[in-house]
Amino acid sequence: MGILFPSQEWADAFKEKLNSSDAYRNAAKNWEGDFYFVVEGTNPPDIIYMDLWHGECREAVYTNDPNFKNPEFKITASYDKWKKVITGQLDPIQGLMTRQLKLDGNLIKIMKNVKAAQELVRCATQVDTEFRE
Amino acid sequence: MWFFTSPEIAFGEDALSYLEQLQGQRAFIVTDPTLDQLGFTEKVAERLRGAGMEVAAFPEVEPEPSLQTVRRGVEQMKALEPDWIVGLGGGSAMDAAKAMWALYERPDLEPEEISPLFPLGLHKVKMVAIPTTAGTGSEVTWMVVLTDTEARRKIGLGNRELTPTVAIVDPEMSRNLPPRITADTGMDVLTHAIEGYTANFHSDFTDPLCLQAGEMVFTYLPRAVAKGAEDMEAREKMANAATIAGLGFGNSYVALAHALGHSFGGYFKVPHGRAVALFLPYTIEFTANGGAGRYRELVRRLGLGEARSEQEAARILAKRIWELAKEVGQPTTIPEMGISEEAFEEALDTLCDHAETDNAILAAPRLPDRTEMEKLFRYAYQGKLVDF
Repeated sequence: MGILFPSQEWADAFKEKLNSSDAYRNAAKNWEGDFYFVVEGTNPPDIIYMDLWHGECREAVYTNDPNFKNPEFKITASYDKWKKVITGQLDPIQGLMTRQLKLDGNLIKIMKNVKAAQELVRCATQVDTEFRE
Repeated sequence: MWFFTSPEIAFGEDALSYLEQLQGQRAFIVTDPTLDQLGFTEKVAERLRGAGMEVAAFPEVEPEPSLQTVRRGVEQMKALEPDWIVGLGGGSAMDAAKAMWALYERPDLEPEEISPLFPLGLHKVKMVAIPTTAGTGSEVTWMVVLTDTEARRKIGLGNRELTPTVAIVDPEMSRNLPPRITADTGMDVLTHAIEGYTANFHSDFTDPLCLQAGEMVFTYLPRAVAKGAEDMEAREKMANAATIAGLGFGNSYVALAHALGHSFGGYFKVPHGRAVALFLPYTIEFTANGGAGRYRELVRRLGLGEARSEQEAARILAKRIWELAKEVGQPTTIPEMGISEEAFEEALDTLCDHAETDNAILAAPRLPDRTEMEKLFRYAYQGKLVDF
């Protein structure tokens, strides 16, 4: 039985995967910036907040409050698209380029940290996830 | 979901005459001083005037064009208010023309904001791209490479709206290309073909184009380098191969050889094709050593042999690339480019910094960490087979 996405349990499991990954720590050692991963389709939306700092995840919170934080980056997509990213069926960069994932924030900073982004997604794929039908 | 983007392409003998069929009022030609002095600007301007257009030219694009050059060109565009911009030359002139097009229509943007993630909303100007080398493929891609001269680094930009409206691939334009530039640009085509085939964003639409271009380079590049204008069949095939590879990698992306090549070429002012091709065999081996890549399939489909593993295929491919490089007089190690060990060691940290953050790595099937990146540069310096 996997962990339901999105939920606080899923955010905690993702945080644990990130903080136990040498590959992520190494790739993201210079990264400073927090994210909202926003799941479209519900009102208020489901949001996973992640505070990522020099290869460490300092905070991971599931919330429905858009004003919970004011993160540097916000990536928004439908539930189906997030499912494809988390199951490794959609390359997030390709998703951004085809605008299936929408980015608010400094694109250049993300483009300069592609390996960190890839390792981040790899950790997400390692969470034993259960998706809504 | 993914896209395939292409301009209308006029190709073959006398393709340049297609300019006379364009509909418009004013055309702005972007080119470099050498081509201007050799009469290329006038040759194109004459055709455009034949289409009833008023013509102005900006023959000031330097090799590896800078943001400053682009901004100067935009100022001159404002005076003419063109409905066509014509990129005439190699990748430098065509890329500069694309950047001018974007910033002319979107003066609110910083150049770094020209990205594929957001619509630009371009609608005033159309673009014709006319390559005078057989290499870059820029005539059919939406990508733009500029140089930040102060930081000694390449800046990769792009947006699908910057795909030229029309590409004119006339072999006459590269008839008298010197052998060295023929080799540099031809090896760029090969790098586009191979990285376009193996990049993560490859598709059923791009695979056949990359294969076709790769085959054509192995067949025709040695002839084009050796015989130049005396072998117009080879010239035409290489001109077509460059555009075909452009359609391939332009819709699938490039990979690590471009990241290292951009970094190295930007720092040491090495021509683009020579730089990326130098790193190609090393990055192929690195990629395959991680179990990534599609080299078995590529080697088989190119008729280079059957391999039992990705690593074996990578070795076959790397060997064949080195053979071709030697045949056309291209370097296979960094010292062969005249870079001293002292200069290389001094630059190594910066080279790694720039390569790690080059957007050419977006679709690379295997990404190196910092230690591996440094080793890749060192192996290319020493000419060693990559064993990690």
